[in-house]
Amino acid sequence: MSAFVNFPAGAIERIEGRALVLSGDDIDTDRIIPARFLKSVTFDGLGEQVFADDRLELKGTHPFDRPEHGGARILVANRNFGCGSSREHAPQALMRWGIRAIVAESYAEIFFGNCLALGIPCFTAPHEQVLSLQAVVISDPARSFTIEVGAGRLQVEAGAGETAAFWDLKLAGGARQMLLSGQWDATGQLLAHDAELRATVARLPYLNSFAAA
Amino acid sequence: MSAGTLYDKVWDLHTVAELPGGSTQLFIGLHLIHEVTTPQAFDGLRDLGLGVRHPERTVGTVDHIVPTTSQARPFADPLAEAMLAALERNCAEYGITLHGLGSGRQGIVHVIAPELGLTQPGMTVACGDSHTSTHGAFGAIAFGIGTSQVRDVLASQSLALGKLKVRRIWVEGRLPKGVYAKDLVLHIIRILGVKGGVGYAYEFAGPAIDALSMEERMTLCNMAIEGGARCGYVNPDATTFTYLKGRPAAPVGEAWERAMRWWSTLASGADAVFDDEVRFDASALSPTVTWGITPGQGIGVDETVPTPEQIEPNERPIAEEAYRYMDLVPGAPIAGLPVDVCFIGSCTNGRLSDLQAAAVVARGRHVAPGIRAFVVPGSEQVAAAAEAEGLDAVFKAAGFEWREPGCSMCLAMNPDRLEGRQISASSSNRNFKGRQGSVSGRTLLMSPAMVAAAAVTGHVSDVRTLLAS
Repeated sequence: MSAFVNFPAGAIERIEGRALVLSGDDIDTDRIIPARFLKSVTFDGLGEQVFADDRLELKGTHPFDRPEHGGARILVANRNFGCGSSREHAPQALMRWGIRAIVAESYAEIFFGNCLALGIPCFTAPHEQVLSLQAVVISDPARSFTIEVGAGRLQVEAGAGETAAFWDLKLAGGARQMLLSGQWDATGQLLAHDAELRATVARLPYLNSFAAA
Repeated sequence: MSAGTLYDKVWDLHTVAELPGGSTQLFIGLHLIHEVTTPQAFDGLRDLGLGVRHPERTVGTVDHIVPTTSQARPFADPLAEAMLAALERNCAEYGITLHGLGSGRQGIVHVIAPELGLTQPGMTVACGDSHTSTHGAFGAIAFGIGTSQVRDVLASQSLALGKLKVRRIWVEGRLPKGVYAKDLVLHIIRILGVKGGVGYAYEFAGPAIDALSMEERMTLCNMAIEGGARCGYVNPDATTFTYLKGRPAAPVGEAWERAMRWWSTLASGADAVFDDEVRFDASALSPTVTWGITPGQGIGVDETVPTPEQIEPNERPIAEEAYRYMDLVPGAPIAGLPVDVCFIGSCTNGRLSDLQAAAVVARGRHVAPGIRAFVVPGSEQVAAAAEAEGLDAVFKAAGFEWREPGCSMCLAMNPDRLEGRQISASSSNRNFKGRQGSVSGRTLLMSPAMVAAAAVTGHVSDVRTLLAS
């Protein structure tokens, strides 16, 4: 797992860094990582291929190619981000490119779960809020942002003479607590319930010749 | 909050524990695996020093990367060969049944599990593939997962999940001749949108659904995910039981009787509470064709590409993107649009009844000049059944290629793909930009019979006209 050293680990309380904007609804996982890059037995190298076809089409002007967004950590998107294929390669590619948090109006559920399993929070904010955040990012890509996971708040670094602006973010389900506790990787929790797992197996009709029916 | 629905009953029965973060640990009754989303999951298990908890509840096959022309090993593509070899190695190491090429049982994972009788009512089914929703046709709660979750299911036969809301989609009437389950689900997604189902499980019910065969129900549930619903299901009934009886993994003897009694208790009750309910009328539907770049951008074959004014403001940006990408003019009729490639197959429409419906159109006709048309059976069993009734000969005589089973041009992880700006008439499930393997390739989703109609005429055509002549 040495390749994962710089990837999210442990409790995730704060994400800091610059942001980039991907405008538009229904950005599917085929666009995030086209299927031909799934032909590998590892996730290595996916970071370079994120949005490969969109970037090819835009010839260097795609947000993930613009020099001012190099090293950005926070992706700001719109509605139904990550829809379509369940491929974890999509969040893997985003993560390997450098993304550590996403703010959007909504997500496809499988994508949301895949991100959580990698320690990447998928925050939501209402339409107007996302638009205002996108406007700030676009107007000054060099701005640094801080997301406090516990408080559910994104704050932008204040320029000289400015007061700091902030956006309230939501994190669905148990994701917030899982990230704060460092238990976003569910394997350990699932295995901890050995007796409960056995009890479930014992009561499911189809695992007991339907005798329990 | 829903109560008394099949979803609630199955969810409760499979709840292992409530987890500290607020999610539920859900037991997975059937875990289906394939070559693309599992190698990293098995490596993850090894890294953690874990084994597979229930190898007997895990079943594998190969579908995404297999070529459909020659399936001789080793494959010409070394990357595809490596993925297949990895799955073979992993299944052997952990004692997991693998239905490999030439076994007689290989095929698209969502085709083979039902035909082997593995998918049964009341189960939870997970697979590293979003179209796992297909299995909901049996009254199972079935959904796609990512690779880290595949690892979790391998290790613990369970997942950490949040419970969905339940929307009942009640469909009155009957599908008219020439209109199929594919048209129904494309229409539902058109109306409810590709985001409409986010946060929901879709229960499909009503007279039109009761009248559907199991294969039609699979087509319907398969595309629940395209409407944003992670799972879709149909309450099990006599149609379900008749389909299952005698299949290799179905219970036999007294266990079959007990199973039927239990399965009969699973349907949403008359007093079930739904979070939402919408109604449709199947008898009013036309064959549906997508014109854009999301499965929600569909219209009746007798309609015209919507103008921006006909589209709700929120949806206009993606419609504008679709006009550009598809090179279609708002207000233009979809019928008559020339196509280049015609693909019949996929987990949505690669079953025997799909091939039969397409063969009715192909019989006695011929693929139009310049059109590349091919049929990819969903599984080795589908291929054998189709060949037994001579469908391969019908297709070949009509100028279609008859291929080996696999996912093929649904997703272009194998040699089957569009080139350049080709337009395909496709019985698959996604018309996303670049989905069929060309950065600028264009996809029109439709039923297999409509694909056959496009193949023999060379353009989008109303299959009802061909069926009448």
